[in-house]
Amino acid sequence: MVETKTHAPGAHPAMPAPLATSGVIKWAKDNLFSSPLNVAITFVVAYLLFKIIPPLLDWFIFDAVVDATSRNECEEKGDGACWAVIKVRFSQFIYGFYPENLRWRVNLAFILLIVALVPVLFDNVPHRTKALIFSALYPIIAFFLLWGGLGLEPVESAKFGGFMLTVTIGVAGIVLSLPLGILLALGRQSTMPLIHWICVIFIEAMRGVPLITLLFIASTLLNYFLPPGTNFDLLLRVIIMVTLFASAYMAEVIRGGLAAIPKGQYEAADAMGLKYWQATRLIVMPQALKISIPGIVNTFIGLYKDTTLVLIIGLLDPLGLGQSVLADSKWQALSDEIYVFIAVGFFLSCFAMSRYSLYLEKKLHTGH
Amino acid sequence: MNEQTAKTNGANNEYAVQLIGMHKWYGDFHVLRDNNLSVKPGEIIVICGPSGSGKSTMIRCINRLEEHQQGRIIVNGTELTGNLKNIAEVRRDVGMCFQHFNLFPHITVLENLTLAPIWVKNTPKAEAQEIAMKYLERVKIPEQANKFPGQLSGGQQQRVAIARSLCMNPKIMLFDEPTSALDPEMVKEVLDVMVELGEEGMTMLCVTHEMGFARKVAQRVIFMDEGQIIEENNPHDFFDNPQNDRTKLFLSQILNH
Repeated sequence: MVETKTHAPGAHPAMPAPLATSGVIKWAKDNLFSSPLNVAITFVVAYLLFKIIPPLLDWFIFDAVVDATSRNECEEKGDGACWAVIKVRFSQFIYGFYPENLRWRVNLAFILLIVALVPVLFDNVPHRTKALIFSALYPIIAFFLLWGGLGLEPVESAKFGGFMLTVTIGVAGIVLSLPLGILLALGRQSTMPLIHWICVIFIEAMRGVPLITLLFIASTLLNYFLPPGTNFDLLLRVIIMVTLFASAYMAEVIRGGLAAIPKGQYEAADAMGLKYWQATRLIVMPQALKISIPGIVNTFIGLYKDTTLVLIIGLLDPLGLGQSVLADSKWQALSDEIYVFIAVGFFLSCFAMSRYSLYLEKKLHTGH
Repeated sequence: MNEQTAKTNGANNEYAVQLIGMHKWYGDFHVLRDNNLSVKPGEIIVICGPSGSGKSTMIRCINRLEEHQQGRIIVNGTELTGNLKNIAEVRRDVGMCFQHFNLFPHITVLENLTLAPIWVKNTPKAEAQEIAMKYLERVKIPEQANKFPGQLSGGQQQRVAIARSLCMNPKIMLFDEPTSALDPEMVKEVLDVMVELGEEGMTMLCVTHEMGFARKVAQRVIFMDEGQIIEENNPHDFFDNPQNDRTKLFLSQILNH
């Protein structure tokens, strides 16, 4: 029975929406069954999922073997994934050949990395200003923890490997390439011809060359330019090259953001008497960076994944280690397990970055 | 001695703004041609004219958003030259409101108002906020202080923009078509604020098509066409007895519709 109660004009109360105009039913109606074609696609996809998911789950979980000492033992115990290889080599995938008795330093550096990141990523942290001082000092702390010095036993970077190497290059590259990219983007916009052209040439040169080429330069060619006898750490050279490479892309992403700032913003800042660096820091950059967030995070993710290219110059990132594990006679040819494990490791970091960028975009949206 | 030559250099110091034989070019295009204008402190001047006549460009030269190439501009005794110090000095004395408000969308209304006092004048934050609230009350929107500009109506945004300029305690205010981007019912709230400002003795140069405003508060109306000041008069004579044919044509077009 439909309610037919009448109300005075303007006094009609809000009523709950009728069924199937909100909630799950509406969603399914709109997204799964909105047209005959859509209904057909829904059923085809459902059938494919039904065919694919159970065997995948069997391989990943139900038939998988976690405890074994060799590939043969794995095969005897079950026909799913042989995760035993990951379990046995796990610490190597994380630390590479970093000395076992010193791995607490890597762990500590990683925990401190998270402590340093929290105040940078979230602005509602208590005592944020003080916490940011620690974040600013973190790179120095991490350097001494990882490489040693100041009374800590030195570790040469050839011992670095696995995900620890990925995170070291990735984080250093990300942290350094953003400010460098900002400066390059501003420089490219500069009215001073010298600065403008230096930035343009640098950006175009970096973007015009494959990263692998730069890594080869870092590992071999650079020796010719350095004074004989200097021993400039290979990993540091790689970090510099990755940073320079990413900063060129970063500069172009930020230039896009700068181009989207209306001229009126600069004029208002000028009319109020703000100086160039004040206007840039307080007015222009916050807005340009906000617009550029998707592109910036895209560059970060690209940089992070590109760190795997260092295996070409002999650094043992997870893929490099994976290759050496594949060659181990006890665990031969377990490529599925190893590559799936590495893929999951990379996916988790990259997905986290992507989600954070969405969170940030939402938070910075001020409605207009 | 040195300062005095830099500041006055023979110009008459009794004027708030003085343009002497001022020319400007955009590339090869001669936008402003030999303009002379003297504005006394406390004077309210309305500048009108067809679009493209150079009125916006002229007032934008007064705080050096645009550079002039010939002639002189003297603001409050400081001549605008390439000297950055002079430009900073002039901008400290001159506030400006734009057609599209140009509020900073990423910070709150209150932060828009306190930004320049804090960074340009080194005013302590608490004091800057106090001043900001005082001016927000004057433009009658103190309750919007913690909103972002994008959440305000056009009229409210323009009033915030006026308050933002006033926070720097300017001696001269420039208005570049402040009501042209507003819905009709919001024009009045902005004009009311401007009228009040004029009554308090602010020196104002307004580029506007609000002829009612010109008639009511302006001491002088200036008509520009093709980069030149063609006619200037008190509002009464300007509207009721225009001298120049182009002024007559312009007035007939904007008043009879």
